Amino acid sequence: MSNSSSFAVEAHDLVKVFPRGNVRALDGVSLHVEEGTILGLLGPNGAGKTTAVRILSTILGPDSGRASILGHDVVKEAETVRRIIGLAGQYAAVDENLTGRENIRMVGRLSHMSWKASGVRATELLENFGLTDAGDRVLKTYSGGMRRRLDLAAALVARPPVLFLDEPTTGLDPQSRQDLWGVIENLVAGGTTVLLTTQYLEEADRLARNIVVVDHGRVIAEGTPAELKANLGTSVVSITLSDDGMAQKAAGLVASLSDNAPLVDRNIVELTVENGPMVGAEVLRALDAAQVPIAGLALREPSLDDVFLSLTGHKSEAETAAERAARIGKGSKHRGEADADGRDAA
Amino acid sequence: MTTITAPATAPLADSGHRLRWVLNDILTVTWRNLVALTRTPEAMFFSTLQPIMFVLLFAYVFGGAISIPHLKYIDFLIPGIFVQTVSFGSVSTAVGLSEDLQKGLIERFRALPMARSAVLAGRTTADLSRNIFVVALMTGVGYAVGFRIGTNIGLFLCGILLVLLYSYALGWGFATVGLSASNAETAQVMVFPIIFPFTFASSAFVPVASMPGWLQAFAKNQPVTQVVNAARSLMVGGPTHNTKAVWLSLAWTLGLLVVLAPIAVRKYRRVA
Repeated sequence: MSNSSSFAVEAHDLVKVFPRGNVRALDGVSLHVEEGTILGLLGPNGAGKTTAVRILSTILGPDSGRASILGHDVVKEAETVRRIIGLAGQYAAVDENLTGRENIRMVGRLSHMSWKASGVRATELLENFGLTDAGDRVLKTYSGGMRRRLDLAAALVARPPVLFLDEPTTGLDPQSRQDLWGVIENLVAGGTTVLLTTQYLEEADRLARNIVVVDHGRVIAEGTPAELKANLGTSVVSITLSDDGMAQKAAGLVASLSDNAPLVDRNIVELTVENGPMVGAEVLRALDAAQVPIAGLALREPSLDDVFLSLTGHKSEAETAAERAARIGKGSKHRGEADADGRDAA
Repeated sequence: MTTITAPATAPLADSGHRLRWVLNDILTVTWRNLVALTRTPEAMFFSTLQPIMFVLLFAYVFGGAISIPHLKYIDFLIPGIFVQTVSFGSVSTAVGLSEDLQKGLIERFRALPMARSAVLAGRTTADLSRNIFVVALMTGVGYAVGFRIGTNIGLFLCGILLVLLYSYALGWGFATVGLSASNAETAQVMVFPIIFPFTFASSAFVPVASMPGWLQAFAKNQPVTQVVNAARSLMVGGPTHNTKAVWLSLAWTLGLLVVLAPIAVRKYRRVA
């Protein structure tokens, strides 16, 4: 591990403050991506994911800290870095007025490939991404999924060994997302190193070997998906109530059954515990005794969503029992906010 | 920062190679902008319709009320229209760059191993090509409404060249506007308050002598008047002959380019 050469991407203590609004977008972020693997950079909107990617892809300079791609410093050797990276952004940075082929060709030419070679590469990429038929159509006619695939294709023109994908599937329908996941997996199987930012835990869970969770510009957790889940107990007891009010009431009743605070999402209360079946039975007894009718009870493995909520939904972690009791007593308004935070994050 | 590190990464022997790639990048971005232009023919159509309407407006509506000693008004007007057309045309430089910025294309460009100056140079070069087309069209329209070259074709083309050079310099100024605007619509409305006073308080449509004294002081000493007077001298000659204006307009144009281009490049490096 001390040998840095096994990492394709290294960042040490990156800090970036945007003077406008004095936002500390990055507040000492360090991360490493092993060659030939995917690192998932996970976090809610505004957590600093995009800022990190922009620094690593030389678009933005850090205020302090350093980063390198395959050993090349992103500030001092920015030009070299630009030759070995590909970037696909969340805003699908493609030219609406050009055809798919022309877009790929443009990036090829700007990556200093010959006109002919960029044409050959365009044909190849359009085929790989199922865009052959649409290749000569202007991008305005593309669907969201096609546009993302083209954006990714454009990032791959020069066959970069390191790829940055900034929320590649945000806003895509499930089928397009699955397709894109397959494409990314193929790339990594071919040896490409990928740093992927996402708000979707499912995505990081499926694709990433390692995950770094950021919030407010800081790394708040890192590890493999399994490690992150293991920190959370082994199972989740999910109780469905008849309505939101009942869920609040039930959350108060079952809170003492787990070390982790119960999470309420509308009419569902979830409790992360070590011994699922036993706690499940206790939940039934407690709710029955209080005459709270339940609509459903389920046991499941914790998902990364649970990890994420427990890490970034500060309210459920950091608050005191008294605060919790007060909030639960107040009803759903405050809860709604906490819930919304978690939902956006997820 | 890039300029400092550039020699370190590119060996000296590579400088010719490097220049070739800068040109390649500028050409590629120019190509991309021109292709995009052909994809919005309706925008092209209406943006060429506007100067034609200006010709008709001044030739037939206002022109009768404006008398120029020893000169047909249409001969006075057309060189002014050329300058007005290319000035208004520079809106597209601001709008185009603003759109690229907004849509994240510049973001992509910045992560590519291309010359940073190529995004701006490619845009201004594409707009120059567009202006060449529009000026050619306006020459035809001018002929149709009675404009005639008073000098010779060589001097006329020199006049055209001067107008185009001026438009190119101006483009760099509007590039900065485009990079400063929060979106394309804002860029568009930001440009006109800058262009309007310079274009209309100039010798483009009426003799400066017809203006009140305080306005004359402005009109006589601003670049549009110099460029219009120079274009008129080169295209029409006769009573409009003005060698001093030719040199002054060249000085203005080069001065603007030397000042505006670095400002635009600096702005481009800063926006992220």
